[in-house]
Amino acid sequence: MSQEVDNIQPSYPLFRTDEYKENLANKREAYEERHPQETIDEVFQWTTSQEYKELNFNREALTVNPAKACQPLGAVLCALGFEKTLPYVHGSQGCVAYFRTYFNRHFKEPISCVSDSMTEDAAVFGGQKNMFAGLENAKALYKPDMIAVSTTCMAEVIGDDLNAFINNAKKEGHIEQEFPTPFAHTPSFVGSHTTGWDNMFEGIARYFTLNFMEDKEVGSNGKINFVPGFETYLGNFRVIHRMMKEMGVDYTLLSDPTEVLDTPADGQFRMYAGGTTMDEIKDAPNAINTILLQPWQLEKTKKYLNTTWKHETPKLEIPMGLEWTDKLLMTISDLTGKPIPASLEKERGRFVDMMTDSHAWLHGKKFALYGDADFVLGMTKFLLELGAEVTDVLANHANKRWKKACEEILNASPYGQSATVHISKDLWHFRSLVFTNKPDFMIGNSYGKFIQRDTFYKGEEFEVPLIRIGFPIFDRHHLHRMTTLGYEGGMYILTTLVNAVLEQLDKETKGMGTTDYNYDLVR
Amino acid sequence: MALRQCAIYGKGGIGKSTTTQNLVAGLAELGKKVMIVGCDPKADSTRLILHAKAQNSIMQMAADAGSVEDLELEDVLKVGYRDIKCVESGGPEPGVGCAGRGVITAINFLEEEGAYDEDLDFVFYDVLGDVVCGGFAMPIRENKAQEIYIVCSGEMMAMYAANNIAKGIVKYANSGGVRLAGLICNSRQTAREDELIMELANKLGTHMIHFVPRDNVVQRAEIRRMTVIEYEPQAKQAQEYRDLANKIIHNKNLVIPTPITMDELEELLMEFGVMEEVDESIVGKTAAAEATA
Repeated sequence: MSQEVDNIQPSYPLFRTDEYKENLANKREAYEERHPQETIDEVFQWTTSQEYKELNFNREALTVNPAKACQPLGAVLCALGFEKTLPYVHGSQGCVAYFRTYFNRHFKEPISCVSDSMTEDAAVFGGQKNMFAGLENAKALYKPDMIAVSTTCMAEVIGDDLNAFINNAKKEGHIEQEFPTPFAHTPSFVGSHTTGWDNMFEGIARYFTLNFMEDKEVGSNGKINFVPGFETYLGNFRVIHRMMKEMGVDYTLLSDPTEVLDTPADGQFRMYAGGTTMDEIKDAPNAINTILLQPWQLEKTKKYLNTTWKHETPKLEIPMGLEWTDKLLMTISDLTGKPIPASLEKERGRFVDMMTDSHAWLHGKKFALYGDADFVLGMTKFLLELGAEVTDVLANHANKRWKKACEEILNASPYGQSATVHISKDLWHFRSLVFTNKPDFMIGNSYGKFIQRDTFYKGEEFEVPLIRIGFPIFDRHHLHRMTTLGYEGGMYILTTLVNAVLEQLDKETKGMGTTDYNYDLVR
Repeated sequence: MALRQCAIYGKGGIGKSTTTQNLVAGLAELGKKVMIVGCDPKADSTRLILHAKAQNSIMQMAADAGSVEDLELEDVLKVGYRDIKCVESGGPEPGVGCAGRGVITAINFLEEEGAYDEDLDFVFYDVLGDVVCGGFAMPIRENKAQEIYIVCSGEMMAMYAANNIAKGIVKYANSGGVRLAGLICNSRQTAREDELIMELANKLGTHMIHFVPRDNVVQRAEIRRMTVIEYEPQAKQAQEYRDLANKIIHNKNLVIPTPITMDELEELLMEFGVMEEVDESIVGKTAAAEATA
């Protein structure tokens, strides 16, 4: 049991030593009341069957492993994208610890976010006192320029009114009247983390523009606004910056957390870094138009921009893959009158070249995917462009209109004919689909690794490898710095997909003297 | 005419739903476009308008459909007597869940689905009993009901509740535009009831907007699931509700209330003989102890 000072081993491989193996086996034997292995295997096999799949899809009351997170998580990410802004969650402390660790584990960065720690008395008497003390302390301690307030379920269940509480806090002098405090109610009994992002953004836009529209004129600042939505690939912010610079288009990225989520290790802690400025959001209604990069998750924002800013928000899909990136750039060109530059045309050409180079390996390969509505829609579109087949598309939180839109895209391609689109379904449903529909690969966040383990347990030939694209990715490093949007994003996804196919091929053919006649140097 | 949103509060059993529906029928008769939003798990705020037992509520249908997002406006909004629009928020069975959350969810749903259209003149929220939690205060939050009417009678608990509701309004009045618009006295035929309620109104800084006398025709209409205005338009009681409707249309008396303390309320009740003066010498004495004394 003891370790030697000059040879400290972590849990792996330490727990594989005989001593630990024996210990764990004894514990299991003495205390765990484990069923016999045959019974476990019998049940396991049953859960991989068609019969079980049907029972699973008739499940009504329970969610197992949701493929979504809760509203305030999205609200926090949205707030992090604004300059010197402290995300503030009105509600219980544990929720906020969860948001911080969730982002810590994905971005490998510290996340600054506070809660006003509502406890039992606040649940009974309402959380106004917590709001008073919370705003005052957070501002004094962390010196933000803006505090963006969202809520946890606890505050929502008892019906705390953010508008009244924040105004009362100002009236009683806990913070100055003019200190910016946009807010959004983010109850997680509805929607998901993407809804929370949408609500928070609408709250911020409302706070800074609703009562200041008289002197605003659409197009007067000559810029294009971009609203990213719940976006965790830092490269996706950077690629928008780069493409717009290359086009010579003046633009504003509304919510841009790239700096604060990617701070350098130079000995200096940065609680705040970069981000959209208050002046930029105040000036945003003066832009030519606003582009919603993930329109399916930005419905409330869209409504506000359409009615208050009078921006018509062009009808676009998430710019993933070839056609939808083309559409984005052509729309921006139409709106601004700026031509698409040679550099982007060349980039597009390279991307098309890559697609044709890898086409032979991706053609007909079958993929099942899950994640946020816009992401899986874009991924589906791109897979079809590559000639890959889609078996199942699952979005835990998406509406029927989205389902229809996704089905139309699949129906329009010969590679989408056998696909099914699932909404309001979870990863336990997805597990059934992976067993019964037998895709070659899954595409999704880290949680899919347990489905991969299960398929492997059924037998090596049943194993369905997970390709990690999505959020969160906890078990691989630095993927959040990559890009999935634009031609550049297409290149990254294509590279990831084709190499996963080739890795798998090597794995399946490396038998010395048995299968290695296909274990080729050149692929 | 801009949309006016009114909420009706008052002690349980005081006749809020009956008064609201009759009053709304009166407004509709005067050509106003009105919507009733029932904010009570009992879901009985619209039955007299719809001639129904109880309307399917938003929360019930959301539970059946899976989530609120699966509902359409036409599923939950029913049209009754003289095109009055009716919605019930609904809520849990007694003893479980959170009815206040039901109110919040329902009102958010109505807002998002565009139930508050431009043709509407009035929205009436019929809210359960006392303001017990943030959910039941939902109708009086900013941008929702601006006018609060409290239904009460000359009984102690009804007046106690009215005073409590005034306290709730003060909380929100300071940060938003919600105001107390008057007390509606729904008579229980207690002695000097009108004077008593006028005095209470005076102390709360408001007015008694109307004294609705007791009349059996209300019950006769209710058995038929109708308002008096529809059941027997010529009845004297129907005219009372029309008067109330007219007074509400022309009401400009909107105030931040000045709730009174429990002692002040008791004094008022004693002054009107509703409550006996407390004899401190007998407090806590059992019958046996009194007999030997």
